[in-house]
Amino acid sequence: MTYETESLIAHLAEGLQPVRPLAPPWLRASLWLGVVALLGAGVVFGFSDLSMFVRRIHDPKLALELTGTLLTGILAVIAAFELSLPDRPITWSLLPAPSFVLWLGSSGYSCWRHWLVRGPNGIEIGEGPDCFLWIVAFGVPLAIALFLALRRSHPLSPGPVAAMAGLGVASLAAFLLQFFHPFDVTFIDLGLHLAAVATVVVLARAAARPGLNSF
Amino acid sequence: MTASSAEEWGRLMAAAQTGDGSAYARLLREILPYVRAIVRRHHAAPDRVEDVAQDVLLTLHRIRHTYDPARPFTAWLGAIAHRRSIDALRRKVRTDASETFSPTAYETYADPAANKDIAAHEDSAVLAEAIAALPPGQRQAVELLRLKEMSLAEASATSGQSVGALKVSLHRAIRALQRALGGKVDR
Repeated sequence: MTYETESLIAHLAEGLQPVRPLAPPWLRASLWLGVVALLGAGVVFGFSDLSMFVRRIHDPKLALELTGTLLTGILAVIAAFELSLPDRPITWSLLPAPSFVLWLGSSGYSCWRHWLVRGPNGIEIGEGPDCFLWIVAFGVPLAIALFLALRRSHPLSPGPVAAMAGLGVASLAAFLLQFFHPFDVTFIDLGLHLAAVATVVVLARAAARPGLNSF
Repeated sequence: MTASSAEEWGRLMAAAQTGDGSAYARLLREILPYVRAIVRRHHAAPDRVEDVAQDVLLTLHRIRHTYDPARPFTAWLGAIAHRRSIDALRRKVRTDASETFSPTAYETYADPAANKDIAAHEDSAVLAEAIAALPPGQRQAVELLRLKEMSLAEASATSGQSVGALKVSLHRAIRALQRALGGKVDR
């Protein structure tokens, strides 16, 4: 051992402060998701038209789409907490993949049924741009809150953690959107939803290193 | 490394998390060969291996709260060592792309006249002013590594900056001082 390294070890061990080990990632993810669920419930019960939503939920396609969206959000957040630890394999990033496929598949089926909305002026964009803004506007603050929860881990590979965090919060925002979205998605809607999710993921990825207090 | 030593390392790390400094010092000394072996897979030069191994120890120190005593210690340590080795390799590639190594740049000469460029700028007031004008991170790197003559490891432990970050800060600081003093500051 060189003198310099020995000196470093002595320096690190001298006056070592006790630290509180992080709680298991599933527990931290559950707590974070619990808080977001409470806030989301407040928004839904306070501002959405629940009677309309209850009428729509009987459509199995919508139920599948909602399940896929919610599961993608939950599983991506869990994956982000897992990946924030040094010894977790990158395969954790596949956790939300099946539910994401379910979400895309069910939305895609709706697109096939409705394809495009045609109005008096030809093809209409409909509510798509509002949906895009909704997902980004809800996704970004949620991403900041999630980054704050993940920062304590000092992820060594912040990129995948941030990408999973972005996917998680954007999916949760998309799930919340369904309570205010009284129509089936069209091709353009789905495209804009995915563009919004991608925007949040890209923003999260760009802010990964400073945002997650990484090295 | 044997299974029993890996378990023992886990126990020592758990003790270190409670603030046991002697267990921690023993652990860091015992894992050093294991860390160096991982670093050597990515770096060949012995001094570089030592630099990266020190960086691994500093990283381990900063994220020691992320170790879960219920999980294998070597998987946790190995992931840190592997990750920091890759990061160091990336930094080296970036640095090598923009810098030229010049061993003679570090030489000084017995004949004072040969060092006239340096001597011309030994006006401490001017130099102090130029150092004071540096950004905080660069100023700290100059103060610790050049004025206090600390080693990289000591400066890193004191400042909280990684060894790599200190090197970059010092490099930038020297270039800024060269610009401020008319390009005549030695490294």
